[in-house]
Amino acid sequence: MDEALIGGLLASTLRVSTPLILCALAAVLSERSGVIDLGLEGKMLLTAFAAGAVGAVTGSLPLALMAALVVGLALSMLHGYACVSHTGDQVVLGMALTMIAAGLTIVLGIAWFKQGGQTPPLPDAVRLTPLLTGLAAWLQGLPMGGRVIAGGLLGHNGLVYLALALVPLVWWVLYRTRVGLRLRATGENPAMVDAAGLSVKGLRYGALAANGLLCGLAGSYLVLAQNANFVPNMTAGRGYMALAAMIFGKWHPVGALWACLLFGFLDAAAIRLQGVSLPQALGGGAVPVQAIQALPYVLTVVLLAGFIGRSRAPAALGVPYVKAR
Amino acid sequence: MSRPAELPRWIDLGLLPLVNLAMALGVCGVVVAVVGLDPLQVLALLLKGAFGSRAGLSYTLYYATTFVFTGLAVAVAFHGGLFNIGGEGQAMIGGLGCSLVALALGNQLPALVLLPLMVAAAMVFGAAWAAVPAALQAWRGSHVVITTIMFNFIASALLAYLLVNLLKDPGSMSIETGPFPQAAQMPGMHLVLAALGLDWPRTPLNLSVLLAAGAALAVTLFLWRTQAGYALRTVGFSPAAAHYAGIPPRRQVVVGMLISGALAGLVGINELAGVQHRLLLDYVMGAGFTGIAVSLIGRNHPLGIVLASLLFGAIYQGGAELAFEIPGFSRDMVTTLQGLIVLFSGAMAQVAAPGLARLYGWLRPAARLQAAPGAASG
Repeated sequence: MDEALIGGLLASTLRVSTPLILCALAAVLSERSGVIDLGLEGKMLLTAFAAGAVGAVTGSLPLALMAALVVGLALSMLHGYACVSHTGDQVVLGMALTMIAAGLTIVLGIAWFKQGGQTPPLPDAVRLTPLLTGLAAWLQGLPMGGRVIAGGLLGHNGLVYLALALVPLVWWVLYRTRVGLRLRATGENPAMVDAAGLSVKGLRYGALAANGLLCGLAGSYLVLAQNANFVPNMTAGRGYMALAAMIFGKWHPVGALWACLLFGFLDAAAIRLQGVSLPQALGGGAVPVQAIQALPYVLTVVLLAGFIGRSRAPAALGVPYVKAR
Repeated sequence: MSRPAELPRWIDLGLLPLVNLAMALGVCGVVVAVVGLDPLQVLALLLKGAFGSRAGLSYTLYYATTFVFTGLAVAVAFHGGLFNIGGEGQAMIGGLGCSLVALALGNQLPALVLLPLMVAAAMVFGAAWAAVPAALQAWRGSHVVITTIMFNFIASALLAYLLVNLLKDPGSMSIETGPFPQAAQMPGMHLVLAALGLDWPRTPLNLSVLLAAGAALAVTLFLWRTQAGYALRTVGFSPAAAHYAGIPPRRQVVVGMLISGALAGLVGINELAGVQHRLLLDYVMGAGFTGIAVSLIGRNHPLGIVLASLLFGAIYQGGAELAFEIPGFSRDMVTTLQGLIVLFSGAMAQVAAPGLARLYGWLRPAARLQAAPGAASG
């Protein structure tokens, strides 16, 4: 394999993985606090629409990012109001958010922009620009993997690096700070946290707030970096894939990162293998691309079944906490 | 506040769901107004489109048929304490089952033998697709919500692979099989009524609507009139109590999911045998998820599910008509409304309860005074 090909595959893996990483971190935070998040898909879609719509109308990158973050936060607060304050069913809420997002983004998109649900293409000023391109150009000429690093790891936009940087940050908060310890305790044994005089509701709302902001980043990545505009249903199941990655990573930020990179790699490889023939030894014929695309979900089910290691959910996951009276 | 308020039965079962539904409709009305349309005009046109003509009514019933199947699928699993989100995938694979029978045996068998075989195949395939998550939940403790979501994606990939590589009609550009033979087509309702001497417009409504009614009846009898149904409900109500009573919870998990998957598989009969007459990609189009909304509104009771399916059928048909009548009205408004209904009637079902309890206590002070001494002495 030549260096340009490896670099290209590495680059597309990182590009595909970034929204997955952001969403999976969002899921890690809310689920470790005991709140199931099946609404990742919907949150990402609505925040992507917010970024696309505000970016197109104002022509301002900060405002577009801000809109996505505000919408993500608002959705998470709704999540908290229904499920933490009013002990509503967390699975049902996730389904509701996803359905509302699928419909509402198209309804509003058609009404406001009249382009069949799409938002107008964003000008370059609103899009995230590649960073470290100078370094990449310099490395390009070096032998021994220079082109792999230049083509694969450099020249991405800021959100890619932010997502990678957030993984150790979330790990540090969860495992090395007092808030993180309390958050994890809330997901395992909320009654104990309550008995210690801490607010279970407060901790869960806090986790959800971070969850909403991370979903907002993931949604804005789709519009500001990956595409040039919002397209109906552009998340295309990425929220569920991030959920699968979070489970595959055993509810741990670093585990989730590796899972996201694996799933991203499979996705990038599937796109490249479209229409490629199998080697004669394997009988020829087209590569079953669908099998590669289904692999993340199959792997997650196999892991959940306990056949490769054990993935254990937080003990109080999905159980609303009702203070005893 | 967070404890469910104690309300009379008629408020809890009758008024609260209506209040929740009204809130969902209210928010949807706001969205309609934001989009620049008149909510009342939209509502009037929607009702006219859904019930105003014989054709509209037929379309409403046709949509409702599919929702009865997916709604019952969610409800049966729910009575066993399981949340089956995999109706979408089970319906896809059920459709695959009935299509395989139709394409393989369609030219050899008469319709009277073939159609029941196709129904059986749809149910068996749907149940088989639910069997793996069921077994994993029962014996390996893998949460059925997550595994059924994963199985939706796996089903979609499997169907795409089979259609593209094995089943696709070589002469066709689109990814679909060749047409089913005549014998494998579920007769349309207009043909049945014409045979009875009634003139009825040609619509997708077909005999599957009777199958849906039969399924609702069968589920009612199963849940409340059989030992197996009792066992399933007991496990759903309290797995520990069921265990002490000698009901093995694991077997009930599998039974509940198999029936659930079989019901979801029947979507294939209405959509493929009844209307499309071929197998194609993505034919389920979210009906599995609509089943969740239907089951929530119908309070997991077959009668409620039939009524909720009619409501959703009317919304789908009315929405389709509206998209014709009003430029700028998108059918996706229906998806939005569906999501809002799941939000208010499902996730936030108890939010309005304390308010209603206060209102009830305020309107009926006499009842509260009478109840108070009893509570004090008891």
